[in-house]
Amino acid sequence: MRPIRKKRLQIICLMVLALGGAVACILYALKQNINAFYTPSELIQQQIVAGQTIRIGGMVATGSVKHSEDSLDVAFSVTDFTHQLPVTYTGVLPNLFREGKGVVVQGQLSSQGAFVATQVLAKHDENYMPPQVAKKMAKAEAL
Amino acid sequence: MIPEFGLMALIMAFCFAMVQSLCPLVGGIYGQRGLIVLGRQAVIGQFCCCLVSIISLSYAFIYSDYSVIYVREHSDHSLPLFYRITALWGGHEGSLLLWVTLLNGWGMWLALRTRDVNENFMAKIFCTLGWVSSGFLLFLLMTSSPFAREFVNLPLSGKDLNPILQDPGLAIHPPMLYMGYVGFAIAFAFSIAILIEGKFSRETATMLRPWVLGAWGFLTLGIILGSWWAYHELGWGGWWFWDPVENASLLPWLVGTALIHSVMACEKRGVLKSWVVLLGIISFALSLLGTFLVRSGVLISVHAFANDPTRGTYLLYYLALVILSSFSIFAWRGPRLTREGSFDFLSRETFLLFNNLILLVMMATILLGTLYPMLLDALHLGQISVGQPYFNAVFKPLAMLLIGAMAIGPLCTWQSMTLQKLLKKISKAFVVAAIIALLLTYFIFDKFYLMAFLGTFFSVWLCLSTLQSLFKKGFSFSRLKEHRSMIAAHLGVAFCAMGVTVTSYHGIERDVRMAPQETVQLGTYKVTFESTSPIEGPNYSGIGANFHLTKNNAHVANLQGEKRLYHVSQMPLTQAAIKPGLFYDVYIALGEVLNHGAWSVRIYYKPLIRWIWLGGLLMVAGAVLGLRRRGYRR
Repeated sequence: MRPIRKKRLQIICLMVLALGGAVACILYALKQNINAFYTPSELIQQQIVAGQTIRIGGMVATGSVKHSEDSLDVAFSVTDFTHQLPVTYTGVLPNLFREGKGVVVQGQLSSQGAFVATQVLAKHDENYMPPQVAKKMAKAEAL
Repeated sequence: MIPEFGLMALIMAFCFAMVQSLCPLVGGIYGQRGLIVLGRQAVIGQFCCCLVSIISLSYAFIYSDYSVIYVREHSDHSLPLFYRITALWGGHEGSLLLWVTLLNGWGMWLALRTRDVNENFMAKIFCTLGWVSSGFLLFLLMTSSPFAREFVNLPLSGKDLNPILQDPGLAIHPPMLYMGYVGFAIAFAFSIAILIEGKFSRETATMLRPWVLGAWGFLTLGIILGSWWAYHELGWGGWWFWDPVENASLLPWLVGTALIHSVMACEKRGVLKSWVVLLGIISFALSLLGTFLVRSGVLISVHAFANDPTRGTYLLYYLALVILSSFSIFAWRGPRLTREGSFDFLSRETFLLFNNLILLVMMATILLGTLYPMLLDALHLGQISVGQPYFNAVFKPLAMLLIGAMAIGPLCTWQSMTLQKLLKKISKAFVVAAIIALLLTYFIFDKFYLMAFLGTFFSVWLCLSTLQSLFKKGFSFSRLKEHRSMIAAHLGVAFCAMGVTVTSYHGIERDVRMAPQETVQLGTYKVTFESTSPIEGPNYSGIGANFHLTKNNAHVANLQGEKRLYHVSQMPLTQAAIKPGLFYDVYIALGEVLNHGAWSVRIYYKPLIRWIWLGGLLMVAGAVLGLRRRGYRR
């Protein structure tokens, strides 16, 4: 082989190797770390295995937030005004976490059907509401 | 009256932009020199008009003119003056106005600095900039004028600036970031001009280099400011969340970094020409993509974007037009750029190319993770989120490869090198770094994590081998002078990587319930919650909490954290109590009041977290030092 061809071949091999490695990493990482997003109503229709990490979006049901007396445990319900899902969480809640405001929780369903959250997200924007919930709320108000 | 004046100036700016984009084309076709050189004057006119426009808007903000809808939505007269001014870029319309103004600022600077350069070539650059700018001005005027007014039902107060934006770090973050974004427009314009010219001389590369460095430096500074702000303002103690908005700024940064290095190879050796041109186009396309992601509303939900279609659709078409046209030009004219030199497999050029490749792969993985959820959602295939673990999993190994190549590359010679020579050169630093990393892991860090060990090793290795490049038979000052920019920037990366590794793996994070007078153990430190007291700010009130930090019963610091409630927007905000230090931070953030006077509190120990931003500043210093260097001697 001519030297220039050989060099090109070397570079191309290097690129293919790098690209292949990267694609393998990406596929592996994506498989582990994609979390589906549901509203409480959608969750009921889905067959979710206990222990699978998912995200639930909705509003914090009014009057549902209960803090524990001596730890950081907190229980509340996420609602989309059709169904409610009880959630438990241990830790510090975000600043904008409020009853009647939008929230996204990430975690797993326990075998008892309650949702154990590992992460609670409230958007920076006070008017934020998960879009599907916004649609349903608009419907509820129209009734 | 003043806002109308601002709007008129904006329309004038658009006229100037049309002159700038059309005249050189017409002049080129009919051979009219007068028309060709008009671009230079037009860009100056355009900048002045934008400046008048932005001053008019600031005036409306300073005097809280609530008849201007944009002012009403983003400011309030109770805001301190500084934040009333920075509120200008606190929303969509104002930040786009800033975008366009900075674009023309760069253009004018270029016009003033290149008076003695071939005017045909410069005309092509100004023409390209003119098209970019007129597209954005048209967007501003058609869909998002910041000067829209409404005189009925004038409110007595505004809706206030979002409290999390009322912070000095974030007040100057957008201008810095935008300076970076739009700075790549210059590299883009150079790329297009070079392609049309069909010739890319080393002199052109010398001319292009400072503009790329400048844009990259600003972008780096913007990203650091954003990260530092997130750390002390969001109350989570995190410095990077892999949020789409953050990713949007990292994408052009990665490609910009690749661009800087290829431009230098091109300047020095006349190789990688079409690669440089391609990177110039990609970096600006990604800057536009970033603007699109942040500004179209697509991030809240792709369907929110569909509800207010004009803005998002315009930006999407604009983005598609820029990408398609520039890539077509590249496909058509790119093959004309032939290289002057050649290089062997083992050479500095190869390592540069390898690094470029890794940077692009990093960019592609982040782009995929950012766009994939939006794409699925847009196609109604379900909603998903791609979490931090994905980004961490793909980014870590790539970063190690990158740092490895960074450690070897500068010790390599241009053009070619033998394997024995290279191994001999790199082996010392490699072995010493491995020993230091082992010692650090064994004596200082209490736990062993493979990734943390590797991260420490690669950071130390990069640091040592960067310093090694200063030596050639003893310490050499001339080498320090010649390579100062590379040394500062690469040391910056080493510091940053070290900070990231140690903070992520050896930090302590505790979420606790604490009542006043209670004490919590944090590693070797003790945190005592002493008392709470009411606080009163200019436009907020709240509760301050006093903490006492001790180590082995010796006083370290008194800290005050705050929980604020902003009057106008009724938004709560946590002001973290931070004990900053070169080697560690103690970070305390108040959560919420629980019963019996207790609070939920986050107490974090963050070792070396400052090194992340310190490293970033070193990179910026590298860019500044690189600006001051003259072209390569031949």
